Amino acid sequence: MEWTIRVGRYNPEAQNMAGDVGPPYPPPYEAAPTKVYQTFTVDLPEHAVVLDALIDIREYQDETLVVRCACRSAICGSCAMWINGHANLACKSKLKDFTKDGVTTVESPPSMPVIRDLVCDMNPFWEKMRKVSPWLENKQPVPQGEEYRVPNASMENLIQEVACIACGACLMDCESFAINPDFTGPAALARAYRYADDPRDARSKERLEEYSGPDGIWDCTHCFECVQRCPKGVAPLDQILKLRHMAVDAGFTNNPGTRHADAFAESVRGSGRLNELTLLPKSLGLFNIAAQLKTLPSAFNMLRAGKLPPIIHHKIPGLERIKNIFKRVGGRFQ
Amino acid sequence: MILDHDVLVMGAGLAGMRAALEAARHGASVGIVSKVHPIRSHSNAAQGGINAAIGEGDSWQTHAFDTIKGSDYLADQDAVEVMCSEAPSDIIELEHMGVIFFRDDAGKLGTRAFGGASKARTYFVGDITGQALLNTLYDQILKAGVKVYEEWFTTSLYVVDGACRGMTAIDMLTGELHLLRAKALIVAAGGCGRVYEPSTNALICTGDGIALAYRAGAPLMDMEMVQYHPTTLKGSGFLMTEAARGEGAYLLNSEGDRFMKKYAPNMMELASRDVVSRSESVEIAEGRGTDGCVFLDVRHLGRDAIMHKLPQIHEIALDFIGIDMVTQPVPVRPGMHYIMGGIKTDVNGASPLPGLYAAGECACVSVHGGNRLGANSLLDTLVFGRRSGAHAADWTRAAAAASGPAQARETADEAFLTAEQQRVQALLDRPYTGQTHARLRLELGTMMDEKVGVYRDEAGLASALEKLHELRRLYESVSVGDKGRLFNQALTFALELGYLIDCAETIVHSALTRKESRGAQSRTDFPARNDTEWLKHVVVSRNGAAPKPTIGFSPVTITQWAPQERKY
Repeated sequence: MEWTIRVGRYNPEAQNMAGDVGPPYPPPYEAAPTKVYQTFTVDLPEHAVVLDALIDIREYQDETLVVRCACRSAICGSCAMWINGHANLACKSKLKDFTKDGVTTVESPPSMPVIRDLVCDMNPFWEKMRKVSPWLENKQPVPQGEEYRVPNASMENLIQEVACIACGACLMDCESFAINPDFTGPAALARAYRYADDPRDARSKERLEEYSGPDGIWDCTHCFECVQRCPKGVAPLDQILKLRHMAVDAGFTNNPGTRHADAFAESVRGSGRLNELTLLPKSLGLFNIAAQLKTLPSAFNMLRAGKLPPIIHHKIPGLERIKNIFKRVGGRFQ
Repeated sequence: MILDHDVLVMGAGLAGMRAALEAARHGASVGIVSKVHPIRSHSNAAQGGINAAIGEGDSWQTHAFDTIKGSDYLADQDAVEVMCSEAPSDIIELEHMGVIFFRDDAGKLGTRAFGGASKARTYFVGDITGQALLNTLYDQILKAGVKVYEEWFTTSLYVVDGACRGMTAIDMLTGELHLLRAKALIVAAGGCGRVYEPSTNALICTGDGIALAYRAGAPLMDMEMVQYHPTTLKGSGFLMTEAARGEGAYLLNSEGDRFMKKYAPNMMELASRDVVSRSESVEIAEGRGTDGCVFLDVRHLGRDAIMHKLPQIHEIALDFIGIDMVTQPVPVRPGMHYIMGGIKTDVNGASPLPGLYAAGECACVSVHGGNRLGANSLLDTLVFGRRSGAHAADWTRAAAAASGPAQARETADEAFLTAEQQRVQALLDRPYTGQTHARLRLELGTMMDEKVGVYRDEAGLASALEKLHELRRLYESVSVGDKGRLFNQALTFALELGYLIDCAETIVHSALTRKESRGAQSRTDFPARNDTEWLKHVVVSRNGAAPKPTIGFSPVTITQWAPQERKY
């Protein structure tokens, strides 16, 4: 079958590309160094994946196309890239599922610095992984000559994260990362959970405090991109939510994230609806006047646009039933 | 640029990272050089597990015997004794590092059954054991702060006065070639699976370490012993873990028969890999296959067990050939998987070339002999990775500095780097000839699978050798279709093809030399094992610039297990 692939090409040293590269490899770059799209046609079977197409191009049409890949079976995590505008593993994305108006568009994810063609700089990703101290700090005493005795369930509980192949697809499409490059990000926080909830780890409490800080677990906005993008079912958001529960249970509540969640719950329990007027001050901290003052320009803009929430907050009818829900759910807001 | 370390490690899979960690613990300044990020290494593909005799009623001696029997008595028994007796403590150490091994009801490490083993002694994490180990070791490398040169491609080893003193490598992100000096170098760069097409191996498994050590003068041993895994997926050749059979899967021919009852009535599907692969090949050759495949059937295990214990292969079958293993058997065939041979080392990972060590798939201690048991390769990487790291670090303290005045030394180092830069540049500058690495690589792989696969004979091997001479000649005219510097993969692929051809030649010469059938070497013209003449290793060394290596032999060390007939 014939497939059409549109590849985002970029090479910062394009001006050095001159030379005798031979008839099968037309130099794709006329001028340096802007991103250009180049279209290729490949002949591959029906079940072929995007990576098959890229390898075919690289081997038989244009040796200057560069792409990271190794295992071809979604285990090594090398080939995460943007396919039709979202991060996916090229080796796991079937051409037939990703052909849109007759074309599959492949490029380096715009959220990461590009090095060349489909190869992006993964260092931001690795730095985030390093930042969460992703190693076991052994609970003492370490059993001599034998394993820690722990229930199998406590190990299986971690296997969802251990399945992470560090491909970076989650970070590439993370909405919080897009607006805050310092956000620790889905994969790293999932890895953080893996160690924080390991019964053999001695630093769980310190970890939870650390992850509750700025750029940590509370900076995720629940957009679910990471859950959707992950090729291995790691569901990083689920791991982040587990970390939040653990952090709150461990008493790390003095942060905007927890206060925001608390203000939300208190308001709904008290009136059956969200009091947007008090949500922000409560999240920032009622006595944190400096931070509150900074929000004033936005408040004026909202006022002008008629978007300011009502000053007087009303309770909904049948509030008792809402309170019953809180009772049934249990937890801190009964 | 010239960089210095006490110990350099080439490769960042399990063996490389374990070696680096141990060398660092022994006080050495360590640098790991890897052409891919450590997490991308091929160790992550090991699915089934890792062997150790820990449980009650098991002993390291039984594990050793199973390994030696599996090797068809070609393994060196002193080395097997080291591996099997040290296995339990290495597994426990991994557990202490944080690997989330499967547990039994008492919370202790639990096992699964594996091929060729008389006891269930395989420890595992679902069907992602290799990945779980690799991630944990990488985390330990981060914790220890070991320097990793990620995406640095090694082009040569640096030998001075008969000792290995480092390597040259291209930093892919800049295209610069650098000299990395060290007092000891541990090659842990994995196998050479891509000599064959198809293969279960990743595209990066191109025998870089094996070929470079060979070029540097280190002898290679048991290179004829190429393992074909019995269950690789039709078409792509992806691995379908042996754990499937460990959990009770059947192998069926086109008539729906469990044909292994004819070949291995006791162990059935769990006979050793060489035996099962040969049985499948016979079934297929005699017309009881379907499209060159037999079937792996797990339906009777039930959806829960499949999804719980074998999720990855379920996903692979569904993704790559659209078969749901819960409801349908999946077509599989024997496919190139592993090389038992490699750089000849002692039990400390030391090769006969001073300063050069090797560990993992690229090494040959030899613990696998003619055939490796499933779940022994992860063990091999850890035990001999650790030992080589420790020994190399200790050796660097004792090793004399390179001889001669420092200034002369420095000049010689710079001259070597310049010469290597010119060699690589010459390849890059070669004008267009129409000869591409991709075409030659495919030709090489298909030819090797056809002529040097499960069954071999003199005529086939001789024609393979002839073909290899032609490929080598054509290789001399391969042109690199990318003239840039940044991340120039066309250049590294062309260099890799050179490594592959070196490996292929040593495989074919070794296979031609061994005139008997043992383990993975099945000669139809010499169908019997011949202990009188061939209970010895074939050792090949580079013979100057001559295409034919020097061929020698090395005795097999027998300690307590006399060779017997092998039945499963």
